[in-house]
Amino acid sequence: MNSIHDMGGMHGFGPVEPETEEPVFHAPWEGRVMALYRAVGFLQLWSIDGARAMIESLSPETYLSASYYAKWLMGLERNLERTGMVGADELEAGRSLRPPKEHARPMTVADVASLKRGDFERPATVPARFKPADRVRTLNLNPMTHTRLPRYARDKQGVIEAVRGHHVFPDTAAIGAGESPQWLYTVVFSGRELWGAKADPTLSVSIEAFEPYLTPA
Amino acid sequence: MQARVRALETILTEKGLVDPQALDRIVDAFERKIGPRNGARIVARAWSDSAFRARLLADATEAANSMGFSSPVGAHLIAVENTPETHNLVVCTLCSCYPWEVLGLPPVWYKSAPYRSRAVIEPRAVLAEFGVALPPDTRIRVWDSTAETRFLVIPMRPPGTQGWSEERLAALVTRDSMIGTGLAKRP
Repeated sequence: MNSIHDMGGMHGFGPVEPETEEPVFHAPWEGRVMALYRAVGFLQLWSIDGARAMIESLSPETYLSASYYAKWLMGLERNLERTGMVGADELEAGRSLRPPKEHARPMTVADVASLKRGDFERPATVPARFKPADRVRTLNLNPMTHTRLPRYARDKQGVIEAVRGHHVFPDTAAIGAGESPQWLYTVVFSGRELWGAKADPTLSVSIEAFEPYLTPA
Repeated sequence: MQARVRALETILTEKGLVDPQALDRIVDAFERKIGPRNGARIVARAWSDSAFRARLLADATEAANSMGFSSPVGAHLIAVENTPETHNLVVCTLCSCYPWEVLGLPPVWYKSAPYRSRAVIEPRAVLAEFGVALPPDTRIRVWDSTAETRFLVIPMRPPGTQGWSEERLAALVTRDSMIGTGLAKRP
Protein backbone atom coordinates (compact mmCIF):
# COMPACT_ATOMS: atom_id res chain seq x y z
CA MET A 1 0.00 0.00 0.00
CA ASN A 2 1.58 3.26 -1.13
CA SER A 3 0.44 5.22 1.89
CA ILE A 4 2.02 7.83 4.13
CA HIS A 5 3.75 5.30 6.38
CA ASP A 6 6.29 4.54 3.63
CA MET A 7 8.52 7.52 4.40
CA GLY A 8 12.03 6.58 3.27
CA GLY A 9 13.54 9.39 1.18
CA MET A 10 10.72 11.91 1.63
CA HIS A 11 11.59 15.57 2.18
CA GLY A 12 10.01 18.28 4.26
CA PHE A 13 9.54 16.77 7.71
CA GLY A 14 12.19 18.97 9.30
CA PRO A 15 14.99 18.12 11.73
CA VAL A 16 15.19 15.11 14.00
CA GLU A 17 14.53 16.32 17.52
CA PRO A 18 15.97 14.08 20.21
CA GLU A 19 14.51 14.64 23.67
CA THR A 20 16.80 14.73 26.67
CA GLU A 21 15.86 12.51 29.62
CA GLU A 22 13.00 11.00 27.62
CA PRO A 23 10.61 8.99 29.81
CA VAL A 24 9.59 5.46 28.73
CA PHE A 25 6.00 6.71 28.52
CA HIS A 26 4.89 10.33 28.29
CA ALA A 27 1.58 9.61 30.00
CA PRO A 28 0.23 6.57 31.87
CA TRP A 29 -2.25 5.81 29.07
CA GLU A 30 0.63 5.20 26.65
CA GLY A 31 1.86 2.34 28.81
CA ARG A 32 -1.65 0.89 29.01
CA VAL A 33 -1.95 0.98 25.19
CA MET A 34 1.41 -0.75 24.78
CA ALA A 35 0.38 -3.42 27.29
CA LEU A 36 -3.07 -3.86 25.73
CA TYR A 37 -1.43 -4.26 22.35
CA ARG A 38 0.77 -7.05 23.62
CA ALA A 39 -1.94 -8.73 25.67
CA VAL A 40 -4.40 -8.68 22.75
CA GLY A 41 -1.60 -9.88 20.47
CA PHE A 42 -1.31 -12.92 22.75
CA LEU A 43 -4.85 -13.94 21.67
CA GLN A 44 -3.59 -14.27 18.08
CA LEU A 45 -6.71 -12.73 16.56
CA TRP A 46 -4.59 -11.27 13.76
CA SER A 47 -0.93 -11.28 12.76
CA ILE A 48 1.70 -8.64 13.56
CA ASP A 49 1.41 -7.68 9.89
CA GLY A 50 -2.34 -7.33 10.24
CA ALA A 51 -1.71 -4.91 13.10
CA ARG A 52 0.72 -2.87 10.99
CA ALA A 53 -1.61 -2.89 7.99
CA MET A 54 -4.41 -1.41 10.09
CA ILE A 55 -2.22 1.49 11.22
CA GLU A 56 -1.12 2.04 7.62
CA SER A 57 -4.76 2.31 6.60
CA LEU A 58 -5.33 5.36 8.81
CA SER A 59 -5.78 8.53 6.75
CA PRO A 60 -2.58 10.46 6.02
CA GLU A 61 -3.90 13.37 8.12
CA THR A 62 -4.45 11.10 11.10
CA TYR A 63 -1.20 9.21 10.57
CA LEU A 64 0.86 12.40 10.63
CA SER A 65 -0.98 14.20 13.41
CA ALA A 66 -1.70 11.43 15.94
CA SER A 67 0.97 10.41 18.42
CA TYR A 68 2.52 6.96 18.17
CA TYR A 69 0.50 5.24 20.87
CA ALA A 70 -2.68 7.01 19.74
CA LYS A 71 -2.18 5.30 16.37
CA TRP A 72 -1.68 1.99 18.13
CA LEU A 73 -4.94 2.51 20.00
CA MET A 74 -6.83 3.34 16.81
CA GLY A 75 -5.35 0.31 15.06
CA LEU A 76 -6.29 -1.89 18.01
CA GLU A 77 -9.87 -0.59 18.17
CA ARG A 78 -10.33 -1.05 14.43
CA ASN A 79 -8.97 -4.59 14.40
CA LEU A 80 -11.11 -5.54 17.41
CA GLU A 81 -14.16 -4.19 15.62
CA ARG A 82 -13.22 -5.85 12.31
CA THR A 83 -12.88 -9.24 14.01
CA GLY A 84 -16.15 -8.78 15.89
CA MET A 85 -14.48 -8.97 19.30
CA VAL A 86 -15.69 -5.50 20.34
CA GLY A 87 -18.62 -3.55 18.91
CA ALA A 88 -18.72 0.16 18.03
CA ASP A 89 -21.57 0.47 20.52
CA GLU A 90 -19.34 -0.97 23.24
CA LEU A 91 -16.53 1.46 22.45
CA GLU A 92 -19.11 4.22 22.63
CA ALA A 93 -20.53 2.96 25.93
CA GLY A 94 -17.12 2.24 27.47
CA ARG A 95 -18.24 -1.15 28.72
CA SER A 96 -19.02 -4.63 27.48
CA LEU A 97 -22.63 -4.99 26.28
CA ARG A 98 -22.61 -8.67 25.37
CA PRO A 99 -20.74 -11.88 26.15
CA PRO A 100 -17.39 -12.34 24.40
CA LYS A 101 -16.93 -14.24 21.19
CA GLU A 102 -14.95 -17.44 21.56
CA HIS A 103 -11.28 -16.67 22.11
CA ALA A 104 -7.96 -18.12 23.25
CA ARG A 105 -7.04 -17.87 26.92
CA PRO A 106 -5.85 -14.40 27.95
CA MET A 107 -2.27 -13.59 28.89
CA THR A 108 -1.62 -14.03 32.62
CA VAL A 109 0.95 -12.51 34.94
CA ALA A 110 2.92 -15.76 34.67
CA ASP A 111 3.04 -15.43 30.89
CA VAL A 112 4.57 -11.97 31.07
CA ALA A 113 7.81 -13.17 32.66
CA SER A 114 8.57 -15.51 29.79
CA LEU A 115 7.10 -13.31 27.11
CA LYS A 116 9.30 -12.86 24.10
CA ARG A 117 8.98 -11.78 20.53
CA GLY A 118 7.38 -14.22 18.17
CA ASP A 119 9.63 -16.30 15.96
CA PHE A 120 8.63 -15.78 12.36
CA GLU A 121 11.00 -18.32 10.83
CA ARG A 122 9.37 -21.42 9.36
CA PRO A 123 10.87 -24.68 8.07
CA ALA A 124 12.11 -24.36 4.50
CA THR A 125 10.02 -26.13 1.91
CA VAL A 126 12.07 -25.09 -1.12
CA PRO A 127 15.75 -24.18 -1.53
CA ALA A 128 16.71 -20.51 -1.46
CA ARG A 129 16.83 -19.03 -4.95
CA PHE A 130 19.69 -16.63 -4.15
CA LYS A 131 22.99 -16.81 -2.29
CA PRO A 132 25.34 -14.16 -0.91
CA ALA A 133 27.01 -11.97 -3.58
CA ASP A 134 24.23 -12.64 -6.12
CA ARG A 135 23.09 -9.53 -7.96
CA VAL A 136 19.37 -8.98 -7.82
CA ARG A 137 16.81 -6.41 -8.87
CA THR A 138 13.78 -5.59 -6.77
CA LEU A 139 10.47 -5.74 -8.58
CA ASN A 140 8.31 -2.71 -9.23
CA LEU A 141 5.44 -3.85 -7.03
CA ASN A 142 2.62 -1.53 -5.98
CA PRO A 143 0.06 -3.68 -4.16
CA MET A 144 -3.05 -2.00 -2.73
CA THR A 145 -2.46 -4.14 0.37
CA HIS A 146 0.35 -4.43 2.94
CA THR A 147 3.92 -4.94 1.75
CA ARG A 148 7.37 -4.57 3.30
CA LEU A 149 9.13 -3.49 0.11
CA PRO A 150 9.58 0.28 0.56
CA ARG A 151 8.92 2.50 -2.44
CA TYR A 152 12.45 3.89 -2.50
CA ALA A 153 13.85 0.39 -2.99
CA ARG A 154 11.60 -0.77 -5.84
CA ASP A 155 13.07 -1.56 -9.26
CA LYS A 156 16.61 -1.13 -7.91
CA GLN A 157 19.68 -3.27 -8.39
CA GLY A 158 21.38 -4.62 -5.30
CA VAL A 159 23.47 -7.45 -3.94
CA ILE A 160 22.46 -10.27 -1.62
CA GLU A 161 24.52 -9.93 1.55
CA ALA A 162 22.95 -12.59 3.75
CA VAL A 163 20.28 -15.27 3.69
CA ARG A 164 18.20 -14.86 6.87
CA GLY A 165 16.05 -17.96 6.70
CA HIS A 166 12.55 -18.84 5.58
CA HIS A 167 10.04 -16.47 7.18
CA VAL A 168 6.33 -15.67 7.35
CA PHE A 169 5.47 -13.49 4.33
CA PRO A 170 3.93 -10.22 5.58
CA ASP A 171 2.18 -9.50 2.29
CA THR A 172 -0.11 -12.52 2.69
CA ALA A 173 -0.18 -12.75 6.49
CA ALA A 174 -1.47 -9.18 6.75
CA ILE A 175 -4.59 -9.92 4.70
CA GLY A 176 -5.40 -13.25 6.28
CA ALA A 177 -4.15 -15.15 3.22
CA GLY A 178 -1.84 -17.41 5.21
CA GLU A 179 1.77 -17.33 6.32
CA SER A 180 3.05 -18.46 2.90
CA PRO A 181 6.67 -18.48 4.20
CA GLN A 182 9.37 -17.14 1.89
CA TRP A 183 13.15 -16.87 1.93
CA LEU A 184 14.35 -13.62 3.45
CA TYR A 185 17.55 -11.84 2.41
CA THR A 186 19.55 -8.78 3.36
CA VAL A 187 19.92 -6.87 0.08
CA VAL A 188 22.37 -3.95 -0.14
CA PHE A 189 22.02 -1.04 -2.53
CA SER A 190 24.49 1.76 -3.19
CA GLY A 191 23.32 5.24 -2.30
CA ARG A 192 23.70 6.19 -5.95
CA GLU A 193 21.48 3.35 -7.13
CA LEU A 194 18.75 4.57 -4.81
CA TRP A 195 19.19 8.33 -4.97
CA GLY A 196 21.10 9.13 -8.16
CA ALA A 197 24.48 10.51 -9.12
CA LYS A 198 24.51 13.22 -6.47
CA ALA A 199 24.04 10.79 -3.60
CA ASP A 200 26.65 10.48 -0.85
CA PRO A 201 29.27 8.13 -2.39
CA THR A 202 30.00 6.61 1.03
CA LEU A 203 26.37 5.53 1.55
CA SER A 204 24.89 2.07 1.18
CA VAL A 205 21.45 1.01 2.41
CA SER A 206 20.11 -2.47 3.02
CA ILE A 207 16.59 -3.76 3.29
CA GLU A 208 15.38 -7.15 4.44
CA ALA A 209 13.73 -8.47 1.28
CA PHE A 210 11.47 -11.47 0.83
CA GLU A 211 12.16 -13.62 -2.22
CA PRO A 212 8.97 -12.63 -4.10
CA TYR A 213 10.30 -9.05 -4.14
CA LEU A 214 13.42 -10.09 -6.10
CA THR A 215 14.51 -11.18 -9.56
CA PRO A 216 18.04 -12.02 -10.77
CA ALA A 217 19.84 -8.96 -12.16
CA MET B 1 -7.16 9.86 25.16
CA GLN B 2 -6.88 8.57 28.71
CA ALA B 3 -10.66 8.02 28.92
CA ARG B 4 -10.70 6.24 25.58
CA VAL B 5 -7.91 3.87 26.66
CA ARG B 6 -9.64 3.21 29.98
CA ALA B 7 -12.86 2.40 28.11
CA LEU B 8 -11.12 -0.15 25.89
CA GLU B 9 -9.33 -1.73 28.84
CA THR B 10 -12.65 -1.98 30.71
CA ILE B 11 -14.41 -3.65 27.79
CA LEU B 12 -11.60 -6.15 27.21
CA THR B 13 -11.35 -6.92 30.92
CA GLU B 14 -15.11 -7.44 31.27
CA LYS B 15 -14.99 -9.81 28.31
CA GLY B 16 -12.10 -11.75 29.85
CA LEU B 17 -9.80 -10.95 26.93
CA VAL B 18 -7.15 -9.26 29.05
CA ASP B 19 -6.06 -9.50 32.67
CA PRO B 20 -5.32 -6.04 34.15
CA GLN B 21 -2.64 -7.53 36.41
CA ALA B 22 -0.81 -8.84 33.36
CA LEU B 23 -1.04 -5.35 31.84
CA ASP B 24 0.49 -3.88 35.02
CA ARG B 25 3.31 -6.39 34.77
CA ILE B 26 4.04 -5.54 31.12
CA VAL B 27 4.19 -1.80 31.85
CA ASP B 28 6.43 -2.45 34.83
CA ALA B 29 8.79 -4.64 32.76
CA PHE B 30 9.29 -1.89 30.18
CA GLU B 31 9.61 0.84 32.78
CA ARG B 32 12.07 -0.97 35.04
CA LYS B 33 13.64 -4.10 33.56
CA ILE B 34 13.90 -3.97 29.79
CA GLY B 35 16.00 -1.12 28.52
CA PRO B 36 19.28 -0.05 26.97
CA ARG B 37 21.26 -1.20 30.01
CA ASN B 38 20.79 -4.73 28.65
CA GLY B 39 22.22 -3.76 25.27
CA ALA B 40 25.08 -1.90 26.97
CA ARG B 41 26.04 -5.00 28.95
CA ILE B 42 26.12 -7.02 25.72
CA VAL B 43 28.36 -4.44 24.02
CA ALA B 44 30.69 -4.20 27.01
CA ARG B 45 31.13 -7.95 27.04
CA ALA B 46 31.80 -7.99 23.29
CA TRP B 47 34.50 -5.35 23.82
CA SER B 48 36.11 -7.36 26.63
CA ASP B 49 35.78 -10.92 25.41
CA SER B 50 36.70 -11.76 21.82
CA ALA B 51 35.05 -15.20 21.96
CA PHE B 52 31.79 -13.56 23.06
CA ARG B 53 32.14 -10.95 20.32
CA ALA B 54 32.44 -13.73 17.73
CA ARG B 55 29.37 -15.46 19.16
CA LEU B 56 27.44 -12.20 19.12
CA LEU B 57 28.27 -11.55 15.48
CA ALA B 58 27.38 -15.13 14.56
CA ASP B 59 24.05 -15.34 16.46
CA ALA B 60 23.12 -12.34 18.56
CA THR B 61 19.94 -13.93 19.94
CA GLU B 62 21.90 -16.85 21.34
CA ALA B 63 24.68 -14.63 22.68
CA ALA B 64 22.22 -12.18 24.27
CA ASN B 65 20.32 -15.00 25.96
CA SER B 66 23.56 -16.33 27.44
CA MET B 67 23.73 -13.09 29.48
CA GLY B 68 20.83 -14.26 31.64
CA PHE B 69 18.56 -11.22 31.40
CA SER B 70 15.28 -11.49 33.28
CA SER B 71 13.38 -11.28 30.01
CA PRO B 72 14.30 -13.54 27.09
CA VAL B 73 15.47 -12.20 23.74
CA GLY B 74 13.48 -13.43 20.77
CA ALA B 75 14.59 -14.69 17.42
CA HIS B 76 16.70 -12.93 14.83
CA LEU B 77 18.61 -10.31 16.70
CA ILE B 78 21.55 -9.33 14.48
CA ALA B 79 24.61 -7.47 15.79
CA VAL B 80 26.51 -5.20 13.39
CA GLU B 81 29.87 -3.78 14.30
CA ASN B 82 31.19 -0.27 13.74
CA THR B 83 34.80 -0.03 12.58
CA PRO B 84 37.07 2.84 11.54
CA GLU B 85 35.97 2.09 7.95
CA THR B 86 32.22 1.56 8.37
CA HIS B 87 29.55 3.18 10.53
CA ASN B 88 26.21 1.40 10.88
CA LEU B 89 22.88 3.16 11.41
CA VAL B 90 19.53 1.47 12.03
CA VAL B 91 16.11 2.76 10.96
CA CYS B 92 12.64 1.43 10.23
CA THR B 93 11.28 3.56 7.38
CA LEU B 94 7.92 1.72 7.31
CA CYS B 95 7.01 1.70 11.00
CA SER B 96 9.05 1.44 14.20
CA CYS B 97 10.86 -1.93 14.25
CA TYR B 98 13.46 -1.79 17.02
CA PRO B 99 15.27 -4.34 19.22
CA TRP B 100 12.99 -3.83 22.24
CA GLU B 101 14.42 -6.65 24.25
CA VAL B 102 17.92 -5.19 24.36
CA LEU B 103 17.21 -1.44 24.02
CA GLY B 104 13.73 -1.07 25.52
CA LEU B 105 10.98 0.82 23.74
CA PRO B 106 12.11 3.16 20.96
CA PRO B 107 12.41 6.90 21.63
CA VAL B 108 9.92 9.24 19.99
CA TRP B 109 12.46 10.53 17.46
CA TYR B 110 13.15 7.00 16.18
CA LYS B 111 9.45 6.64 15.30
CA SER B 112 9.16 10.17 13.89
CA ALA B 113 8.74 11.20 10.26
CA PRO B 114 11.98 13.23 10.14
CA TYR B 115 14.15 10.29 11.17
CA ARG B 116 12.33 7.65 9.13
CA SER B 117 12.33 9.78 5.98
CA ARG B 118 15.89 11.09 6.15
CA ALA B 119 18.05 8.31 7.62
CA VAL B 120 18.17 6.43 4.31
CA ILE B 121 18.85 9.44 2.05
CA GLU B 122 20.96 11.85 4.11
CA PRO B 123 22.33 10.00 7.12
CA ARG B 124 25.24 12.40 7.57
CA ALA B 125 22.83 15.31 8.00
CA VAL B 126 20.84 13.27 10.51
CA LEU B 127 24.01 12.33 12.38
CA ALA B 128 25.01 16.00 12.51
CA GLU B 129 21.74 16.72 14.36
CA PHE B 130 22.90 14.21 16.97
CA GLY B 131 26.28 15.94 17.13
CA VAL B 132 28.07 13.14 15.31
CA ALA B 133 30.54 14.08 12.57
CA LEU B 134 32.22 11.13 10.87
CA PRO B 135 35.34 11.41 8.72
CA PRO B 136 34.29 12.09 5.11
CA ASP B 137 35.63 8.78 3.85
CA THR B 138 33.92 6.61 6.49
CA ARG B 139 31.42 4.36 4.76
CA ILE B 140 27.89 4.62 6.12
CA ARG B 141 25.70 1.56 6.08
CA VAL B 142 22.03 2.09 6.85
CA TRP B 143 19.96 -0.93 7.88
CA ASP B 144 16.26 -0.53 7.11
CA SER B 145 14.41 -2.96 9.41
CA THR B 146 11.80 -4.13 6.93
CA ALA B 147 11.28 -7.66 8.33
CA GLU B 148 11.30 -9.43 11.71
CA THR B 149 15.06 -9.25 11.99
CA ARG B 150 16.28 -6.67 14.54
CA PHE B 151 19.60 -4.87 14.58
CA LEU B 152 21.94 -3.91 17.41
CA VAL B 153 24.93 -1.72 16.58
CA ILE B 154 28.18 -2.49 18.42
CA PRO B 155 29.85 0.91 18.68
CA MET B 156 33.63 1.26 18.59
CA ARG B 157 35.35 0.92 21.94
CA PRO B 158 36.66 4.30 23.05
CA PRO B 159 40.42 4.71 23.45
CA GLY B 160 41.87 4.87 26.94
CA THR B 161 39.73 2.06 28.34
CA GLN B 162 42.27 -0.77 28.42
CA GLY B 163 41.78 -3.06 31.35
CA TRP B 164 38.39 -1.63 32.30
CA SER B 165 35.81 -3.96 33.81
CA GLU B 166 32.68 -4.78 31.83
CA GLU B 167 30.68 -2.74 34.32
CA ARG B 168 32.75 0.40 33.76
CA LEU B 169 32.68 -0.12 30.00
CA ALA B 170 28.90 -0.57 29.95
CA ALA B 171 28.50 2.91 31.43
CA LEU B 172 30.07 4.33 28.25
CA VAL B 173 27.57 2.60 25.94
CA THR B 174 24.65 4.91 25.22
CA ARG B 175 21.36 3.87 23.69
CA ASP B 176 22.00 6.05 20.65
CA SER B 177 25.41 4.44 20.11
CA MET B 178 23.60 1.10 19.72
CA ILE B 179 21.22 2.58 17.10
CA GLY B 180 24.09 4.27 15.29
CA THR B 181 23.01 7.87 15.94
CA GLY B 182 25.70 8.24 18.58
CA LEU B 183 29.18 7.08 19.54
CA ALA B 184 30.22 5.48 22.79
CA LYS B 185 31.15 8.04 25.45
CA ARG B 186 34.80 8.89 25.98
CA PRO B 187 36.14 8.13 29.43
